[in-house]
Amino acid sequence: MLQLRMARTRRVALIGLAGALAVSVSACASERDDQGGGGGNEDTLVFGAAGEPKNFDPIFNDDGETFRPIRQMYETLITYKPGSAELEEGLATKWTPSDDGKTWTFELREGVKFHDGTDFNAEAVCFNFDRWHNMPGAAAQSQMIYYGDVFEGFAKNEGDAGGEPVYKSCEAPDPNTAVLHLNKAKGAFPDAFGLTSLSISSPKALQEYKADEVTQSGDSFSYPAYANEHPTGTGPYKFEKYDKAAGTITLVRNDDYWGEAAKLSRIIFRIIPDETSRKQELISGKIDGYDLPNPADYQALREAGNQVLVRPVFNILYLGINQKNTPELKDERVRKAIEYAINKEQLAKNKLPEGATPRDQFVPKETIGYTDKVEKHQYNPQRAKDLLAEAGATNLNLKFYVPTEVSRPYMPDPVELGGAIADNLKAVGINVELVQRPWNGGFKDDVQKAGKQDLHLLGWTGDYGDPGNFIGTFFGREKPEFGFDNPAIFSALSNADSQVDKAAKATEYEKAVVEISKYVPAVPLTSSPPAIVVGGNIQGVVPSPLTDERFAGVTKSQQG
Amino acid sequence: MTGPKLLSRRKADRIDELAQGGTSLAKDALRRMASNPVAILGACIIAAFVLLAIFAPLLAPKDPFIPYPELQAQLTPTNIPGPMPGFLLGSDQNGYDFFSRLLAGARQTLIVGVGATIIGVTIGMIIGGLAGAFGGWVDTVLMRFTDILLSIPSLLLAISIAALFASGNQWTVIIAVAMVCVPVFARLLRGSMIAQRSSDHVLAATALGVRRRTIVFRHMLPNSVGPVIVQATLTLATAIIDAAALSFLGLGDTDWRRAEWGLMLGNSQDLLSVKPELAFYPAIAIIIVALGFTLLGESMREALDPKNRR
Amino acid sequence: MLRFIVRRLLQAIPTLLVLSILVFAWLRSLPGGPASALLGDKATPEKIAELNAVLGLDQPIFVQYFKFLGRILTGDFGSSLISGDSVLAEIGRAFPATIELSLAALFLAIVFGIPLGYLAARFHGRFLDNATVVTTLVGVAVPVFFLGFLLKYVFAQQLAILPPSGRQDVLIDATRITGFATLDGLLTGELDATWDAMLHLLLPAIALASIPFAVIVRITRASVLDVTGEDFVRTAESKGLTAPVIRRRHVLRNALLPVSTTIGLQTGLLLAGAVLTEKVFVWGGVGSLLEQGIERRDYPRLQALILLAALVYVLVNLLVDISYAIIDPRVRVR
Repeated sequence: MLQLRMARTRRVALIGLAGALAVSVSACASERDDQGGGGGNEDTLVFGAAGEPKNFDPIFNDDGETFRPIRQMYETLITYKPGSAELEEGLATKWTPSDDGKTWTFELREGVKFHDGTDFNAEAVCFNFDRWHNMPGAAAQSQMIYYGDVFEGFAKNEGDAGGEPVYKSCEAPDPNTAVLHLNKAKGAFPDAFGLTSLSISSPKALQEYKADEVTQSGDSFSYPAYANEHPTGTGPYKFEKYDKAAGTITLVRNDDYWGEAAKLSRIIFRIIPDETSRKQELISGKIDGYDLPNPADYQALREAGNQVLVRPVFNILYLGINQKNTPELKDERVRKAIEYAINKEQLAKNKLPEGATPRDQFVPKETIGYTDKVEKHQYNPQRAKDLLAEAGATNLNLKFYVPTEVSRPYMPDPVELGGAIADNLKAVGINVELVQRPWNGGFKDDVQKAGKQDLHLLGWTGDYGDPGNFIGTFFGREKPEFGFDNPAIFSALSNADSQVDKAAKATEYEKAVVEISKYVPAVPLTSSPPAIVVGGNIQGVVPSPLTDERFAGVTKSQQG
Repeated sequence: MTGPKLLSRRKADRIDELAQGGTSLAKDALRRMASNPVAILGACIIAAFVLLAIFAPLLAPKDPFIPYPELQAQLTPTNIPGPMPGFLLGSDQNGYDFFSRLLAGARQTLIVGVGATIIGVTIGMIIGGLAGAFGGWVDTVLMRFTDILLSIPSLLLAISIAALFASGNQWTVIIAVAMVCVPVFARLLRGSMIAQRSSDHVLAATALGVRRRTIVFRHMLPNSVGPVIVQATLTLATAIIDAAALSFLGLGDTDWRRAEWGLMLGNSQDLLSVKPELAFYPAIAIIIVALGFTLLGESMREALDPKNRR
Repeated sequence: MLRFIVRRLLQAIPTLLVLSILVFAWLRSLPGGPASALLGDKATPEKIAELNAVLGLDQPIFVQYFKFLGRILTGDFGSSLISGDSVLAEIGRAFPATIELSLAALFLAIVFGIPLGYLAARFHGRFLDNATVVTTLVGVAVPVFFLGFLLKYVFAQQLAILPPSGRQDVLIDATRITGFATLDGLLTGELDATWDAMLHLLLPAIALASIPFAVIVRITRASVLDVTGEDFVRTAESKGLTAPVIRRRHVLRNALLPVSTTIGLQTGLLLAGAVLTEKVFVWGGVGSLLEQGIERRDYPRLQALILLAALVYVLVNLLVDISYAIIDPRVRVR
C-alpha cells in the first residue's frame, strides 16, 4: 500500500516535471501538498525533535530528545498513568515490597515478546538488573546517570565516585515472578522503577550486539551496535532506522505487541534544531507536532489550527542563595527580605507560559509532602526594605549568577527572568551584579562546585513522584550551591526518606517542608508547565507531567 | 590570465591596489565627492546616525533601561503591548519602552562598530607599518601571519574568536569583529608604504640623510591615510552587520539590557508571531546605517580610484 | 622539484603543530568542558570529577596533549558530545549538503548577476543602471540571516508555497548515493525527490546568493565599462563591426576575466555565509555542525572542524605553491 502510494506520487511528479519548466513554483508546490502534504501520509506520525538522540540504549541516557523514541520502543516494569505521575501496571502487573522495604516482588505480564521474538520473563528481568549492576568499565558506568542516582553503586565501582550498591540480587522463582533483593530500603521505590532509563531490553539482543562495550573516543564515548542500530524492547513500536544524513529516526508498528497494537503504522522523528523552523514546519503541515513550543508562539500555533497541549506542571524554578560568601546572607531576615522583594506573580505573568504559577514551597502539589502550613513571604517590597534595615544590610552587594545558552521548561529564557528578578531586588535597594555564564560552559561548575555566587537562578524537573527527588536533592546535605549547614533540615529529610509507610512518609516530609520554608535556604519562584503541540488532526496525545508521552494511541485524521 | 592565485593573495592584491592612493589624491577626491549625490546621501545617513548616538539620552522620552509597570501590566509572552500614550512603539518583551531603546541602540551600535574598527585599524596599522617600514624578515613574518588571517572568511574568523571566550559580552564582540579587519589594514598600510619607499619624496629624504623614523612618521604615514579612511568607512558597515550576526548565533553580548540593534534583533527573532516590529525595526536601522557607510565608502573609493580621474 | 616539495611539506609541519597546540589549549582552558556537557542536566560536581578521571582529563596537561596529538595523527578525532557519533563521519555526511547549497547560490549569483551587471553598464547612467547600483548596495547591507528570515517568513509561513527548512521531505524515502539530494534523484530516476530537493534548495540559495550576487553585478558592470573604453573596442568600432558582435566578441569576453577572479574570491565568503544560512534553514551541512557545536559546546566537534579547515588550507596553499613552482622555476630557488 505504502509502496503503491509512493510510486503514484512519483509518476505524478514526473508528469509534472515534464511540463515543469513552464509551471510556476507555487503551482507545483501545492500539487505536492495534495499528494503528500498535511504532515504526509495519514498512517505516519512525523514528529519534530529539537536535537539528535545520543543512542537508543535506555540505560545510558538521561535527556528528553533521546527518551522520546525510546519510550515508543521500550517498556518498564511499572509505568505511569497517562497524564499523571501515578503508578500503573507496566511489564509487571503487581509489585509488593517486604516490610523492611528491602525486597520487591514483581508479578510479570504473560505473553510478552521482545521485538526479536524472544520471550519476556523473569529471567529477562533479572538479566537486565544483573547487567546494570555488573556493568564493566568506568566509561559505561559514568553514563548510567539515572541508575547511578537510584542504585548508588555497582558490583565493581570503576569510577571514582560510586558508592555502596543498593542492588543486591535478583531471582526468578518462576517465569512470571521476579524477586529483587536490595541492600537497603529507599524512598525512591517503587516510583523509580518507572524511570525510562530502567526499561527492559532483550537479553538476546544485548548479548548479540555487545551492548556493554562503551569505549572512550577522544573526549567522548562511542557506543556499541546495540545502542546504535539494534535497540530491542517490548514496546508498541520497533526500531527501523536512524538516517543521520537526513536527521530522521523511523519506527514501525510492532504487530506482535502484547497489548492493543499501535494505531499508526509508522513514526518518523525529524530533527529540527531551530525553534522557528519547527513552528513553521508544523504550520505548513510538514510535521504533525513538536515538543516544548516557545510560549510566545502558543497563540499563533492555535490560530493556525494546532493543539497546544499544556502538561501538568512538575517542575520548580528557584532563586538559590549561597550563604558562604556574604555574611549578611547568613541572616534569616535578609533571606526573607529577598523573597519579599520578588514579585513572583508578575514574573509568571510577564515571562512565563500560560499556566505558570508562583510557588511558596519546593515540593509540587502532585506529590506527598505538599502542605499549606508553610511560612509564606508574599511580594511586599516595603517589608523587604524594613527587614533589610532591621538586619543592618542596607548596602548589600550580591553577585547573581544566571545561566545562558539554555532553555528549560521552568526557565524558557533564564537571562530575561534573571533580569526581571534583578530589577525587583534593585527596587528594594539591593545592588545586584548579574553574572552570566553558559550552562555547559561554566555556570554549573561555578555555581554547584565552586559556589562563587551569592544568588543564582536554577530549577528542577521531577523524574518521578517522590518529594525526595525535589527537596532531598536540593537540601539533603551541605552543598557548595547553598553553602549552609543546617543539621535539623538534613536529618528531617533523611528521616522522611527512610519511612516505608506512605502516610508516615507524607507527614515527615510535610514537617521538613515547613522547616525549609522558615529557613529560606533558597527562594521557590514559579512552576511553568511545559507544553507539547500537535496538529489539529492528531488525537490521542496525552500530555504527561513527566514528559512521558507514548504515541501508541495516537491517531491521525485526514486534514481538511 | 594571471595564473592560479591563492585567495588570500588575490584579496591582498586588491588591497595593495587600493593602497596606491595618496593625500593629494584624497583632497582631490573629497572635492569630487561633494558633488556626488550618492556620497551626500551616505554622509547624511551617517551624520544623522552619529547625532542620534550622541543625543539619544536627550531624545529618548523614557529611560530605556528600566521596566515600566504600565507596560508590564499587560505583558505576557503572547501579548507584548503595542503603542500607548507615553510609549510611542509600546513595550519590548521585557516591559521596557521599545522606542527609547531603539534610540538608545544607536549609541551602543556606534560604539561596537567604531570600537571594533578603531581597534582593528590600530593593530592593523601597527603590523602593517612595522612590516612596511622595516621590510626584510619582519615583513615576511608579519605578512605570513596576516595572510593566514586573510585566508579565513571574515565571518568564520569572527565566529571562532567570539567562541574563544567562555561568555560573550560587549568586548568579546568588539574584539572578534576587530580582529577580522586587522589583516586588511595591515596589508593596506604595508602596501602603501612599500609603494612610497621607492617614491621620489622618500628617496629624496633618504638621500638627504633624514632618519628613518622621521621619514616613516613625517612622510610615509600621512600619505597612507586616504586609503585607510576609505577602508575604515566600509569596515564600519561590515562591523555592524558582523556584530549582528554574532548576536544571531548566540555569540554576541549576553547582556540583553544593553540596547544594541544587533542584540535587539537577535533576541527578538523568535517573537515574529507576537510583535514582528521588535525584530524588524532594529534590522531596518542596521540596514540603513550599513547602507550609509557603504554608500560613503564606495563613493570615496570610486573618487580615489586613479582610473576615474581620466 | 622534489626537494622543493619536501621542503614545503616540512615547513607546513610546524604551522600545524602550533595550531594543534593552540586549539588544544583553547579547548582545555574553557570552563565547563566535556564532562558537564556529557552529563547534562543531572551533572553534579562529584559526577563531573569522576567523569574527568574516566576521560583522563585529570592528567597533567602535556600528557593530555600528547595523547590528543597521537589520536589526531592516526585520524581519530573522537566522538561528538551531542550525537556520540564519530566526528569525522559527521563531517563527511554534512559536507555534500554545504557544497550543494554553495554551488546553488553561486549558480544563482552568476546567472542573474552577470547579465544584470552587463545591462547596467550598457545603459550606463540611466534608470536601470542606477536602480541596479542601489539594489546591490542594499543587498550588501542586509544581514544574510535576516534576509533568510524574511524569505522564510514570507514564502514558507505567510504564502506557504515553499518548504521552510530541511533538504527534503521526510516522506520521500529517497535513495542516497552521493549525498547530493538533487543529484541522487536524477541518478536513481526518483525525479520527484530531485524536484522536492530543488524546492527546498531555493530559499536558502537565494539568501546565500545575495552578497555574491551584489558583488558580481558590480564587478561585471565596472569591468564592462572599463573594457568599453579600451582601444581594441574602439578599433573594432572603427572597423565597422556591428554593435552586437562587438559586445559579444570583444566587450563581454574581456570583461569576464576580472569577474571570474571575483567569483573565485566569493567561494570563501559563501562558506562563511553558509553558517548563518544553514542555521536559518536547518540545512544540516557543515555550517549547521559548526553552529550546533558552538551552541552546545561540543568541543571534539569544534576541534575537528578547526583542525581540518586548517589542514585543508595548508594543503591548498601547498598545491598552489607547487603549481607556481612548475610554472615559474624561479620560485623554487627562493
